[in-house]
Amino acid sequence: MFRDAALVAGKDLRIERRSRVTTQQIAPFALLVLVLFAFALDPDRGVLGRAAAGLYWLAVVFCTVLAVQRSATVEVTDRAGEGLRLAGMDSGGVFLGKAVAVAAQLVVLEALLAVGIAFLYGTKLQEPLVLIATALLATAGLAAAGTAYAAVAAGLRVGPTLLPLLLLPILAPVLLAATRAWEAGLAGAPGDAVSWLELLAAFAVMYVAVGVVGYGTLQEES
Amino acid sequence: MEPVVRLRSVVALLGGFPALAGADLTVDAGEAVLLRGPNGAGKSTVLRVCAGLVPVAQGEAEVLGVDLTKDRRAVRRRIALLGHAGLLYDDLTVRENVTFAVKAAGGDASSIAGALARLGLDGRLATTRVGSLSAGQRRRTALAALVARQAELWLLDEPHAGLDDDGRDLVDGVVREAIATGSTVVMASHDIDRATKLASRVLTVAGGMITASKPTKTKTEPARVS
Repeated sequence: MFRDAALVAGKDLRIERRSRVTTQQIAPFALLVLVLFAFALDPDRGVLGRAAAGLYWLAVVFCTVLAVQRSATVEVTDRAGEGLRLAGMDSGGVFLGKAVAVAAQLVVLEALLAVGIAFLYGTKLQEPLVLIATALLATAGLAAAGTAYAAVAAGLRVGPTLLPLLLLPILAPVLLAATRAWEAGLAGAPGDAVSWLELLAAFAVMYVAVGVVGYGTLQEES
Repeated sequence: MEPVVRLRSVVALLGGFPALAGADLTVDAGEAVLLRGPNGAGKSTVLRVCAGLVPVAQGEAEVLGVDLTKDRRAVRRRIALLGHAGLLYDDLTVRENVTFAVKAAGGDASSIAGALARLGLDGRLATTRVGSLSAGQRRRTALAALVARQAELWLLDEPHAGLDDDGRDLVDGVVREAIATGSTVVMASHDIDRATKLASRVLTVAGGMITASKPTKTKTEPARVS
C-alpha cells in the first residue's frame, strides 16, 4: 500500500510541478480571497484582526475544494484513473498517495496565506507550535475528506458543480475546530487549543481511515 | 491447459442496459482472436469484462484462472488493455507515462527503454509531454506502456484507430511479437482486413452475444466458441 501511495503521490506532485495550477491559479485565488475579505469587512483592520483565524481557514477550505477538484480531474482526463485500476494498484495506497499530494499543496498554500493575514490583516502569528500543529492536523482531514469526495464527484456529469455542495458540509467540523485552535494560538492561550487539536486529530484519523477502506469502492463505482 | 478466457452465459449491465446478454467465449493461451460486429454490439464490453472493469451480473467468467464473479481486481495486473482512451497523463512525458504504467503494475522497469524504441518513441519524443503529442503519437505511447508491461493477456479495442499506415504496421508487428512470445490477444476492430491477418479466428458479436466463429488462414493456436 505504501509503495503505491508513494508512486501516486510522486506522480501527482510531478504533474502539479509541471502544470503549476497550485502556484499560478489556486495561490493567487487564495490571496484574492483574503484581499476581498479585507475590502468587505473593515478597512481599519479591527474586525479583520478578530476574524483572521476564521477568514484564514475559510480561504484554506476554498483552496481545498480547488485542489481536490484538480487532483480528480487529472485522473478523469484520458481516463487515466482507469489505468490505476488496471494496474491493480492497492486502492488504499492510491487514496493515500492522492491525499498526500493534495496535503503537500495545501501546506504550501497555508504558509502563503499565513503570510497574507500577517501582512494584510496585521495578525501576529503567536504560538507557532499551536498554529503548525493545527495546520498539520486540519490539512490531513481536509485532504483526506476532499480526496474521497472528489472521487465520488469525478464520475458524475455534474461533478465539478456538485463537489462543493458535497464537500463543504463534511469539512465544516474541520473548519470550526481549526478556527478555534488558531484563535487560541493567536490570542496566546495555547491551553485553549488542546481540545480542538484533539478533535482535529480525531477527524483526521477518521477521514483517512474511511478513505483507505472505502476508496476502492468509490473507484469501482465512479 | 486451462483457457486464458472462459465466459459462460455472461450478462453485463451498463447503466441498467444489458451490454452483454449471455456471451460465451473461450480463448486458449497463445491465441489471437478478433471480435467483429457493428457499433454497440458489445465488443468493447467483452474486453472490459475480461479486464475486470465491468462487473459480471450473471454467468461465469474466468480470466487467467481468476473467477471474475468473485474478484475482479486480482487479474488486472496480468492484463494489458488498449481502449479508446490512452489512460495517459498530459503533463507527464512519454517516458514518465510509460514508466509510471510499468511501476504501477509492478512490472520490470528494464523493459521500458526497449518498448519506447520499438514504438519509435525514443530520442526527443521520450521527453515530450504527452499533451503536446499528436493523436497517433499518443496511441503509440499507450501501446508502448502495454509492450513494457509484458502482460499475459492483451485486450485491444480498435488498436489501429487514429494511426497512419506506418503506425498500423507498427501495431501489427507488436501484436505478432506479443503472440510469438506467448501472450494471448483478444482484439476488437473495424479494420477487418488488417486484424484478420493477425487473428486465428474471427468471432462475430451481435446483440451482446457471440453469434458466430470463423477460422482464418493465420496460424496460431486454435480459438473456440462454446
